[in-house]
Amino acid sequence: MYDIIVIGAGPAGMTAAIYARRAAKTVLVLEALSYGGQILNTPDIENYPVEAHISGFDFSTKVYEQAKGLGAEFVFEKAVEIKDEGGVKTVVTPKNSYQAKAVILATGSENRKLGLEDEQRLTGKGISYCATCDGNFYRNKVVAVVGGGNTALEDALYLADLAKQVYLIHRRDSFRGDDTNAARLKARENVEIIYNANVTKLIAEKRLKAIEVTDKLDGSVRTIELNGLFVAVGRVPENQNFANLVQLDDAGYAVAGEDCHTATPGVFVAGDNRVKTLRQLVTATADGAMAATEAVKFVNSL
Amino acid sequence: MSVIEVTKANFESEVLKSEVPVLADFNAGWCGPCRAMKPMLDELAEGNTAYKIVSIDIDAEDELAEDYDVSSIPCLVVFKGGEEVNRSVGLIPKDAIAALVEG
Repeated sequence: MYDIIVIGAGPAGMTAAIYARRAAKTVLVLEALSYGGQILNTPDIENYPVEAHISGFDFSTKVYEQAKGLGAEFVFEKAVEIKDEGGVKTVVTPKNSYQAKAVILATGSENRKLGLEDEQRLTGKGISYCATCDGNFYRNKVVAVVGGGNTALEDALYLADLAKQVYLIHRRDSFRGDDTNAARLKARENVEIIYNANVTKLIAEKRLKAIEVTDKLDGSVRTIELNGLFVAVGRVPENQNFANLVQLDDAGYAVAGEDCHTATPGVFVAGDNRVKTLRQLVTATADGAMAATEAVKFVNSL
Repeated sequence: MSVIEVTKANFESEVLKSEVPVLADFNAGWCGPCRAMKPMLDELAEGNTAYKIVSIDIDAEDELAEDYDVSSIPCLVVFKGGEEVNRSVGLIPKDAIAALVEG
């Protein structure tokens, strides 16, 4: 049995592992994919103290090596369930089960999908969730971005430098994202903003070749031929498997204050999957430190 | 075997005319998820004779990327007898990578 199991090896989870190891607790980190999490998609981090520029991959590798160096164990299996038996929590993966006195949920979030037919099949064949990753494939081509937050605005600006034509499709009549980016976009000649509209159909053969966009006000449908569709409609926290132990808000985020305590004693939550106002690298690592410190206290009290 | 770097020049001999199945990793140095997957591919390639794993840098080999319609990376394509038989886009765990080629 471990003292603490951390679920998720992103910045929050790995920082929790570092703090727990420094408190001399045994730590297992379970991760479904690879260490790093969402920050892997960031080519250049410029707002984390100490380094002016570092890639998300290099950042993650350093934190991973730091946690391993301190003695945290990493196993790459997806946690699908936690059974709470009071002093003992059992974390179940498709292959094994692991026991610990305390669990920290640092599962983060995943890209929200549009929910359209064929969306999964066309991912990588015209549909992308990461403009900075895949924008280069669309040089001098026609693309659309769906969404109205900062990510959507930044994606559209980034793509406007590469693509021949960019459509930005937003379901409302104004942007949630910041005004500077919106103003920059409006000044671009190769950007057309389509307000009050939803993408309602993907038209494809082998690849995506067009989309249908439905106007929410008058119901009119417009077909746009394009090469790429970039989806930036937010993220979904990955708490579904643990809803039995953790209270979730309407959007699926785990309800917990700054101390990272959940509704279940000995279960803590850290990072992007927690209710909070600012989801950044620095707030994720801060959560990791806090959750680990509280988990250590809990283990010591048993 | 270890992971083999493939370019347009040796794509035919290493991939299309390979006697064993080939797992082709289309990637780029600036792509974080691609870099995260590299160690998994290295581990799978080590001592493996059932299939081979090749790496294709899409910036240097943009023609290959275009020929195989790669527009999102990391992109893993499995070739058997010179034909594409399977494909996966995005970061996936090691077991899932192995399952792509082992079926």
